[in-house]
Amino acid sequence: MIEGLKAGLALIGVVAVSLLTIAMLITFERPPIDSTQIGYDGVGMVDHVNPRLEEEVQARNEPPFSLGAVPPGGRPAGEAYENVQVLADLSEDQFNHLMVGITNWVSPEEGCAYCHNLENLASDELYTKVVSRRMIQMTMTINSEYSDHVGQTGVNCYTCHRGNNVPEYLWVEEDGPKAMAGVSASRQDQNVPTRIAGYSTMPYTALETLLTEPGANIRVATQSALPFVREAGAAPPPDIKDTEVTYSLMMNMSQGLGVNCTYCHNSRNWSSWEQSTPMRVTAWHGIQMAQDINANYLIPLQPVLPENRLGPAGDAPKANCETCHQGLALPMNGAPMLEDHPELGESYK
Amino acid sequence: MAMLNFERKYRIRGGTLLGGDLFDFWVGPFYVGFFGVTTIFFSFLGTALILYGAAIGPTWNVWQINIAPPALEYGLAFAPLKEGGLWQLITICAVGAFVSWALREAEICRKLGMGYHVPIAFGVAIFAYVTLVVIRPVLLGAWGHGFPYGILSHLDWVSNVGYQYLHFHYNPAHMLAVSFFFTTTLALSLHGALVLSATNPKKGEPVKTAEHENAFFRDAIGYSIGTLGIHRLGLFLALSAGFWSAVCIVISGPFWTRGWPEWWNWWLSLPIWS
Repeated sequence: MIEGLKAGLALIGVVAVSLLTIAMLITFERPPIDSTQIGYDGVGMVDHVNPRLEEEVQARNEPPFSLGAVPPGGRPAGEAYENVQVLADLSEDQFNHLMVGITNWVSPEEGCAYCHNLENLASDELYTKVVSRRMIQMTMTINSEYSDHVGQTGVNCYTCHRGNNVPEYLWVEEDGPKAMAGVSASRQDQNVPTRIAGYSTMPYTALETLLTEPGANIRVATQSALPFVREAGAAPPPDIKDTEVTYSLMMNMSQGLGVNCTYCHNSRNWSSWEQSTPMRVTAWHGIQMAQDINANYLIPLQPVLPENRLGPAGDAPKANCETCHQGLALPMNGAPMLEDHPELGESYK
Repeated sequence: MAMLNFERKYRIRGGTLLGGDLFDFWVGPFYVGFFGVTTIFFSFLGTALILYGAAIGPTWNVWQINIAPPALEYGLAFAPLKEGGLWQLITICAVGAFVSWALREAEICRKLGMGYHVPIAFGVAIFAYVTLVVIRPVLLGAWGHGFPYGILSHLDWVSNVGYQYLHFHYNPAHMLAVSFFFTTTLALSLHGALVLSATNPKKGEPVKTAEHENAFFRDAIGYSIGTLGIHRLGLFLALSAGFWSAVCIVISGPFWTRGWPEWWNWWLSLPIWS
């Protein structure tokens, strides 16, 4: 019996080692790895990039073909064309220049007809034209009000669209997996591997909770030592679940930017601005921006969009960091987006 | 120092790995040997370098003294003394002292005609340290990936390196290491409690034997691993804890650059359901 036990154990061991070896060969990466130091020497604030995987990320971050800029001046577009509600102050040349740009960025295959009725270009009958108008306003808002995030680089349609009718990296509400009845019916929005939550067990509703309304409370670290004394009638302090929602959002951001937590934070004290990197300030403005554009531009488009553009829960597609960043801390490695199209910037708003 | 009368029997010449008879002597209770000399040399030099590093640093607060490795830009080259070179020398001294100590243990084993279990066990701990400050930095191409020498600073390193992979609890080798650490303490506490319970009967009753210990576990869980077996198991659990700790850090970076939760996607893409 002991011999049998020994043979059985040996067999289990051999199988386990073989499986582990196969798993390692299939699932792991390999050196050389490119590492970038972020913090002070030795504190472990380092970003790692696998150059073999980075090729694919770089490939989808090629900047668009440059059309050059068109100087202002000439007949205003608002006089030259009918039903120009947002771009009326542009010159006729600038207006056409921008239309050509948008076609290249958003509908290179369908051309003008993707948004316009070619018999009557001024008509708003296609929903795509209504959406485009709102998106142009959104782009102007981003360039003019969120320069703390987008800097002088700015954004244009290509920053998100990259030649696609609909940007590749949008998110919609998860309708969750099919659940059993009874106690197991509620999964508390977690314990399901979703891309939104970085494939962790953490809540997949982090984006709905924290990126859809301005001022949503992301900061959960307590500012006082225990025990926490609450004033009568005050709101309860953030709990563990709130913390996991924040953690989930942070993993989503990391994934979108292709960085890790230490790109912005020194994990010895997450909430301390003094110990964080300057990138965290830029990221903070980015969060404000995402909340704003989701709440004021993308979510309100829900009634305009046809059903096939909505999520399974019937909500409009929304933006997160990855929508623009697409795996890089600087989208398209910081290629200037406003240079050829200053008409999308502050002065024309 | 006086020697106990039976100790003379065990203190015999020979069994050295290096140095022949030259260092084959005792100082009080301590066997010296060639590797005793190198242990003393490396540990004194290393400690002196740490004190020097503290002296040229900004603080004598023992929690905050920090001797940092070089910046990543130095790669695998030597760095100036005050920009990580000190860390490099201290690392050499530490590895020298630890390895010397293990080899001194091996010499003592040889003198006594024992197995090498103790130096091998210590060797696993050395392996874990070397993995952190030599193997992983070499695989990643810079000494700067080693951990800093300082009480709080090395904790900051541990925390940040964990968050380089978003959520370190999803690291499969970390899972194994943590499980082995807990199982080690469980096994040791069960073993300690069992021995003490057998040797501490009610007043007036005779001390119980190993058969009582075996019977206890056979009654409780149907199986007793036995008096020798528990020590084999203990060693296996403890060494596994150290070994998988080393694995969990060496795969983080050189063999995985993304968040650890994402690694588990192989499960989602198994051909069974995907």
